[in-house]
Amino acid sequence: MTTRYDSIVIGAGHNGLTCAAYLAKAGKKVLVLEANDRIGGMAITEQAADGVLIPTCAHLLYQLHPDVIRDLDLKVKMAASSLPTIALGSDGRHLKILGETVTALNGADLSAKDTENYVLVMRDLKKFARVLGALLGQKPPHLKNRDWEDTKTLLKLGLSIRMMGRKSMQEFLRIALLNIADQLEDHLENDLLMGVTAMEAVWGTHLAPRSPGSVLSLMYKLAGSLEGTQGGIGIPAGGIGKVSEALEQAATRAGATIRTNTPVKSMLVENDTVIGVELESGEKILAASVASSADPQRTFLSLLGAEHLDAGFTRRLGKIRNRGDAAKINLVLDGLPEFTGLSQQDLAAKLVIAPSIDYVEKAFNHAKYGEFSEHPALEVTLPTVVDQSSAGTGRHVLSIVAQYAPHQLKAGWSDEQRAALGEAVIRKLEGYAPNIRKQIISQQVLTPADLEQLFNVTGGHWHHLEIQVDQLLMMRPLHGTAQYETPVAGLYLCGAGAHPGGNVTGAPGMNAAKRILSRKG
Amino acid sequence: MNKSRYDAIIIGAGHNGLTAACFMAKAGLKVLVLEKNDYLGGAAVSLELHPGWTYSNCSYVCSLLRPEIVRDLNLPKYGLQVIPYSGGGVFMQNGDHLCNYNDHDAHRLELARHSKKDSEAYDRYSTDLMRQCRFIKPLLMRMAPDPTSFKPRDLGELAYLGKRFLDFSEAQMAETLRFWTMSVAEFLDEYFESDVIKAYYAGSGIIGTALGPMSPGTAYVLLHHYMGEVDGNIGAWGFARGGMGSISKAMAACFEDHGGEIRSGCGVDKVLVKNGRTVGVVLKNGDDYYANTVISNADVKHTFLDIVERDDLPEDFVRQVERFKIRGSSGKLNIALDGMPEFPQVPKDSPIFNGDMHFTDSIERMERGYDDWKNGTWSKDPYLDMLLPTRIDPTMAPPGKHYMTVFVQYAPYHLANNESWDGANRDAFAQTVFNQISEYSPNFKDMILHYECRTPLDIEREAGITEGNIFQGELTFDQLLFNRPVPGYAQYRSPIKGLYMCGSSTHPGGGVMGAPGANAAREVLRDLGARQTVRGY
Repeated sequence: MTTRYDSIVIGAGHNGLTCAAYLAKAGKKVLVLEANDRIGGMAITEQAADGVLIPTCAHLLYQLHPDVIRDLDLKVKMAASSLPTIALGSDGRHLKILGETVTALNGADLSAKDTENYVLVMRDLKKFARVLGALLGQKPPHLKNRDWEDTKTLLKLGLSIRMMGRKSMQEFLRIALLNIADQLEDHLENDLLMGVTAMEAVWGTHLAPRSPGSVLSLMYKLAGSLEGTQGGIGIPAGGIGKVSEALEQAATRAGATIRTNTPVKSMLVENDTVIGVELESGEKILAASVASSADPQRTFLSLLGAEHLDAGFTRRLGKIRNRGDAAKINLVLDGLPEFTGLSQQDLAAKLVIAPSIDYVEKAFNHAKYGEFSEHPALEVTLPTVVDQSSAGTGRHVLSIVAQYAPHQLKAGWSDEQRAALGEAVIRKLEGYAPNIRKQIISQQVLTPADLEQLFNVTGGHWHHLEIQVDQLLMMRPLHGTAQYETPVAGLYLCGAGAHPGGNVTGAPGMNAAKRILSRKG
Repeated sequence: MNKSRYDAIIIGAGHNGLTAACFMAKAGLKVLVLEKNDYLGGAAVSLELHPGWTYSNCSYVCSLLRPEIVRDLNLPKYGLQVIPYSGGGVFMQNGDHLCNYNDHDAHRLELARHSKKDSEAYDRYSTDLMRQCRFIKPLLMRMAPDPTSFKPRDLGELAYLGKRFLDFSEAQMAETLRFWTMSVAEFLDEYFESDVIKAYYAGSGIIGTALGPMSPGTAYVLLHHYMGEVDGNIGAWGFARGGMGSISKAMAACFEDHGGEIRSGCGVDKVLVKNGRTVGVVLKNGDDYYANTVISNADVKHTFLDIVERDDLPEDFVRQVERFKIRGSSGKLNIALDGMPEFPQVPKDSPIFNGDMHFTDSIERMERGYDDWKNGTWSKDPYLDMLLPTRIDPTMAPPGKHYMTVFVQYAPYHLANNESWDGANRDAFAQTVFNQISEYSPNFKDMILHYECRTPLDIEREAGITEGNIFQGELTFDQLLFNRPVPGYAQYRSPIKGLYMCGSSTHPGGGVMGAPGANAAREVLRDLGARQTVRGY
C-alpha cells in the first residue's frame, strides 16, 4: 500500500474508461480496476477459435457522444455509420429503411401514403428527441435544491420546448408518455413497417409496443447522433471493441493506470467517506474518490455494503428495475448465409425479424411470466459482411439480439433451457434463411443470466437499468443518488446506471468525471 | 319569441350533463336537457328489468361523486342518500380468502394472516397513496391549464400546479413522478409480497382501462379510483340508496326545482351551426330547439364525429378526435338472486359479502386476462368485481332476495375475426362469468332468477358511450389534464363558438364524479358573463 490515487475507477467498460480518461486528462492520478482479464465490459470484440471476430455482447454503435470523441481525441474508424435496417418479411418481401426513407424489396406491399407518413412520424420523433439530446451531456438537473447550472438546464429545456411552436409542443406533451403502437397505428397501415419501428423502441427494455412509455424510449434512442447522423446505426472497423480500445488508449495516454484481473472486493469506508477499495487479493488501495461504473445494486450492496446506507435508500435500491430481457446469440457460419430475397449487398444491414406489432406483443407476453419466447424478435447483424477488415477467413458471423428472454426464468436458466432458446432462435432464422442450420460451425448463446455472470451486471440488463421515465434524468438510478454523487462522500457513479443511461455513448462516464472534478475544485 | 328558444341546451342527461344543468339553472338561465333514452342518468341509472328488483345497470358504486357538488346542489334534499360500505375481499383458489376490514387493526391482522411483512407495509402504503390523493384532489375541480398558452389564467393555474409540486420535498417529488408513470404491479411490489394482497389492490388499477396491471401508467388509474370520498373518508366507497339512478334522480329534481326543463326520448341528430357559431340542435324526430350555447354530455367521439357536421370543424381537430382512445374493456352482469348464495370457504357472517368481491388472487392471472383482451377475446379467467348491494340497501330487491352486480374485466369491443357480440358470444361471455362464480359458490347458478348481460357493445348502444368504455376515454397520460380530450381544447370549449363539452371525456375524467359537468358549467357561465354558481374550489 504505497501509492495513493486521486481517483479509482471501478470497471473498465466504456464508461469507466471514459471517466478515467477525463480525470487523467485533468491531471488526476487515476487507477482503473477491472475484474475481467480484459477491458471493454459489454463493448468487446473477441476472437473465435478460427480467427473470426465476434461482438460478444453489444454489436451496434448508435450515439458515441461527440464531446467524448472530441475531448479524448478518439480515432474510431467506422466500417459503416448509417446502416440500413431491413425488416424481414417471411415471404421474402422485405422493407428497407434508411433514415426516414422506406423502400419495398421484391415487390413488398408499401403504400405511398405509408412512405410519406413514415417520414412525418420520424421527423416529429427526431425533432422531439433533439430536445432530450441537449440533456445527454449534462448532469441531470435537480428540481429542488438546484444549483445555478440546474436552473440553467431547466430553463433551457423549457425554452427549447416552447420554441418548438404551439402545435409541436402540444404533440410533444401528448406523446411523451404514449405507447409506440398507438402512435404508429395513428399514421401507418403496414404491419411490417410498424413491427420493425415498434421494435426499435423497445430493444433492450422490458416494454412492448403497447406499453405506455415506449415512444419515450424511442425518442431517447434518437436523442444522440453518430457521425452527425441523428439515429445513425454504425459498426466500427474491427468491431465494437475498437471503441473500448480507443478509450483505453486515451486513458493511458493521459496517464491513467489500468489493471485487469483485479476484482474489487469492497470499498474502504472511514468516517462515512469512501477512502479507497480493497481487492479480492486483499490489497488495499487508497484514493480521494472512487467512481464506480458497476451497476447501482452491485456498487451499493455488494461493494459498499448496506450498512453504510439508510434503510429507505436501500429499500428503493432493491426496487429499481434492472432485469434484462434480451439474450445474445452469436453464430459462426462456414460461409455467407442466404436470406430469401436478400442480395449479398443487403446483408450489410441491420436485419430485423419483428413482422408486426402483435408479433412483438405476443413475444413479450412470455417475459411477463418468466418464460422466454418461442417466437422471439431478432436483431441480426453480419459484422463480417459490413466490415471488410474482419472478413477474409471465409467464415461469417451472425450476431443476434433475441428478445424476449427474461433474466429470471421461472424454470431457471439451465443448459437445457439455454439450448432451447438457441434452438428457438435458429428455428426462427430458418424461416428467413432456410439453409442456415447446416452452415453453423459454432454457436454461443448468452442469456441475461449469462451476461450478468460474464460482465458483472446485476440482472444482465443491456442498459444496466430500464430506460423508462421513472428511471431517467434526476431519477436515474434513483432519488438520492442522481448527479453522479451518492449518499456516501467520496463515492460516485459513472456507469450506464447513471444519467443518461445505456448504449455505448460514454456520456455517463464523461458527465461523472466532470462532476467529480467540479466537486473537488 | 319562439317557445323553443333557450339560453342553453344540454345534450344527454348523464350525471355530468345534469350537474352542468343544475349549476346553470341555479344561475338563472333557461336550460333544456335532451336525453335520447326514455329514462335519465346515462350510465348512472336504476332500472327494474325483473319485477321487484332494481338494477344499477351500468355504474354500480358511488365513491367519486364530489362532495362539493353534493353540498352545493343540496342533493340530499332531493333524495340522495349514500351508504358507505366496507368489507369485500378475494376468494382464493387454494380455498383460503382475503377479507377487507374497515377496522384498521382487524385489517392488519387479516393481512398478517397472509404476510406479516405486508401487514407492516400497509400503513406505509396507505400514507403514500393518501399523499398522492391529496396532491391530485384539488385539481379535480379546477380547469386544466394549457401549458402552451400565455393567457394569464393558464399561467396562474400552471403556477398553482407548480407551487403545489414544489411544496413537496425532493424525495416526495421523485415518488410522485414515479407514481404517475409506473405500473400498478410495480407500485404494489414496492410494498407487498403476497400475491393475493397485491391482486386485491391492483384491481383498482385496471378497472375500466385497456391496460394490464403490468402496463406502465396503471398506478395512476388506481389513484383515480381512490379519489372518492364518502363522508369525508378518502378512498371510502358507498352505495346510492335505490341504486345509482338515485344520483341522477336527485340531480334532475334539483334541476327542475330551479326551473330547468328535461325532455327524454329526444335523441339529438345534429348541432346547428351558423357562421361558425352554435345556434341550436335538431332532434332525430325533426324537432328543433334553439340556443346559442349547446353543451354535449356525450363522449368526444360521438359528439364531434356523429352529432356535429364534419364541415363545421377544422380538419386537424377531427383527426385528433378520431385518434382519441375510447376502448371497450369491460362488461357487466346484473343478476336477480333468489337468496343469498353460499360460499362455503368463507364464514357466513364474514364482512367479505358486504363489499367488492374478487376471485383473482394474483396479478399474473389478471395480466393473463389482459393478454386475452389484446387477442380480441374476453378473458377466459376474468377479473370480476362482484357486489351484493342488497346486503346494505334492502330496497333494491324483495325481502330475503338479493341483487348482484358483476363488473367483468376484460371484454374487448372488437372481437377477433370480426365476430359479433350478439347471440352466442354474449351467452358464452355470461357463462364464463357464471362458471367462475360457481366454482366458489355451488348453489349460485340455481339461485339465478333473471340476469342481464352487457357487453361493451350493449353499453355503447344504451348509454351512448363509444365502445362502451366506462370512462369515456382511456385514462392514460396522453389523455389526461391538458391532453383531455384534445390538446388545445381541454377547457370544455370546442372549435365552434358556443359549443361545449361536459362529459367524462374531459378533465378530470370518468367515474360518477360530476367534476367535468361542474367545471364545464363554470366555463360556460364565465363566457356568458352570467352569475357564477360553481365556486372556485
